[in-house]
Amino acid sequence: MRWLRRNIIGIIAVLVLVYLFVPIAVVAVLSFNQPEGKYNVTFNEFSVSAWQNICGVPGVCESFALSIQIGLLATVIATIFGTMIAFALVRYRFRGRDSTNLLIFLPMATPEVVLGSSLLALFLNITFPLGFWAVTIAHIMFIVSFIVVAVKARLQGMDPRLEEASRDLYASPRATFRYVTFPLVLPGILGAALLGFALSFDDFIITFFNAGTMVTFPVYIWGAAQRGIPVQVYALATLVFFLSLVLVLVVQGVNARRRRRLEAAVASS
Amino acid sequence: MSMSSGSSNLGFEVKDLELINLTKRFADFVAVDDLSLTIPAGSFFALLGPSGCGKTTTLRMVAGLEDPTEGQILLGGADLTRLKAYQRPVNTVFQSYALFPHLDVFENVAFGLRRRGIKDVSAAVTAMLELVELGNLSRRKPAQLSGGQQQRVAVARALINHPGVLLLDEPLGALDLKLRRQMQIELKRIQTEVGTSFVHVTHDQEEAMTMADTVAVMNKGRIEQMGAPVEIYDLPRTRFVATFLGQSNEVPGRVTGSSGRDILVDAAGARFAVPAARSAVETGDILVGVRPEKLSISTQGTDIGDGVNAVTGKVIDASFTGVSTQYLVMTSWGGEWMVFEQNHTLGATLRPGDEVIVHWRPEHTFGLAVDSPAVDGLVAESA
Repeated sequence: MRWLRRNIIGIIAVLVLVYLFVPIAVVAVLSFNQPEGKYNVTFNEFSVSAWQNICGVPGVCESFALSIQIGLLATVIATIFGTMIAFALVRYRFRGRDSTNLLIFLPMATPEVVLGSSLLALFLNITFPLGFWAVTIAHIMFIVSFIVVAVKARLQGMDPRLEEASRDLYASPRATFRYVTFPLVLPGILGAALLGFALSFDDFIITFFNAGTMVTFPVYIWGAAQRGIPVQVYALATLVFFLSLVLVLVVQGVNARRRRRLEAAVASS
Repeated sequence: MSMSSGSSNLGFEVKDLELINLTKRFADFVAVDDLSLTIPAGSFFALLGPSGCGKTTTLRMVAGLEDPTEGQILLGGADLTRLKAYQRPVNTVFQSYALFPHLDVFENVAFGLRRRGIKDVSAAVTAMLELVELGNLSRRKPAQLSGGQQQRVAVARALINHPGVLLLDEPLGALDLKLRRQMQIELKRIQTEVGTSFVHVTHDQEEAMTMADTVAVMNKGRIEQMGAPVEIYDLPRTRFVATFLGQSNEVPGRVTGSSGRDILVDAAGARFAVPAARSAVETGDILVGVRPEKLSISTQGTDIGDGVNAVTGKVIDASFTGVSTQYLVMTSWGGEWMVFEQNHTLGATLRPGDEVIVHWRPEHTFGLAVDSPAVDGLVAESA
């Protein structure tokens, strides 16, 4: 009983983590399966054939590449716009600033079904062809909001005295931006871009409305799910998960090293 | 000292800083009110005042971070008023330092030189880090430094540019007491070594008096009094200065006549002599004032001799502080006086409840106008 009381927090934490990771583990395990029928739901026989032949099913890798392409393009454009909007909103007082602040939030708050269907209506009305550019434009639109919010937070958290110190030390406004403001805001911009890419990469609803006959990775999986998802999809999903995991571990490792160095430095002084 | 420009031992150009009718009005109040002031080249000058008195705004106008509403700023005779902050040969040590967190100590110190297009900075940076005794830490980031070390980096980062005047905005506010004492001495040493003018803004009267050659006490956008610390402490000219710079005991009275070089004041049923030269008023209502350490205290009935000023009262608190004993005395007219008495002898001190007579020599007395306001309590600066 005392043992339980002392370890209850740890036990609950483990249970929550298990809850979070069981679905991912199932996908990872099933990516090494050789299913009996066309549905890959029960583990039948260990096999690495899906991993060896990851593009073996028609359309899988094409849709995967397409999603990455759209994600990168939309993220780059949205990050540029979003960063500029954030600077304008934080640094300048102008007419319509408050309403802009409010309107920027709307795409985040609007249900995706509504956004997707109204965009479809818009594109059909102006006879803009559905497909790659329609989807990219739609993604830029909803990612921009997230970028603006993230970069704004970073900018507002910056000590205004740093820019004053830069001006005091002979830096023109342009030099101040280049050597002080931008390097300090950059981590915020990169974080926002990463989030933007993730949002674009796995977006299904808005994409589905505006894709026409184009098939992105989420659209492919949705279609495949009706007929039985090929094992290659499990392998690709597992691959993406482990790539993100490696990314996170690298960032954590760099931070931990920096912290250790800092502690060592403080201790020795 | 009052040359308009010249050269110091470390190759610094030393210049007079002149403020002429400088005024800063914000929407609903006047932060700096028609300030005129000359800070001679090479001096350590303190602007002392409570929060909101306009001292920081004055400093920011000199730095170019705030535009004056009216007036002029001259450095060595050259008009800076319309120049941008990055065009002025003036540098600032900011409150809480504002070191660039993404650059190491070396690059923080080199920043000003690089922005002016100087390619080979390493000799200058190394020399400057030596001056502030940080030579071995040049590759640390600001976050890896202690408060005192960050302070030195901030000073080095500003001084490396050989400014005509160095501005310091509450530079020691973020340090603990012991470190603050150390840095006071350190800053004074650096100032003597480089010879350039330091203009130091602070709300800490002890800090201002310890470091500065000249202290200007500011209140409500104006300078109340300016002079060497000893002078203004000994002879405050307004009630604000008397109460903000150290402690002051006062008794309200009326001028009734004169005797030789003294004016005579009737107050609280007694007569006081105040040297005419030490009084801000010569007729009518007056506040008779004296500093706590100038007072002597004895039990009532003791012979205190002739020709001294004296008030009677009752001890309400006595605290022993080692070097001295501080008495709080409730006077006959209901005022509270503070008396500091050196502990020359051991034992027999006065206790709360004792009836006492507090006396002092007339030449330590000062006279103030009644209508000038005192400082409302202790003022602590925020942010």
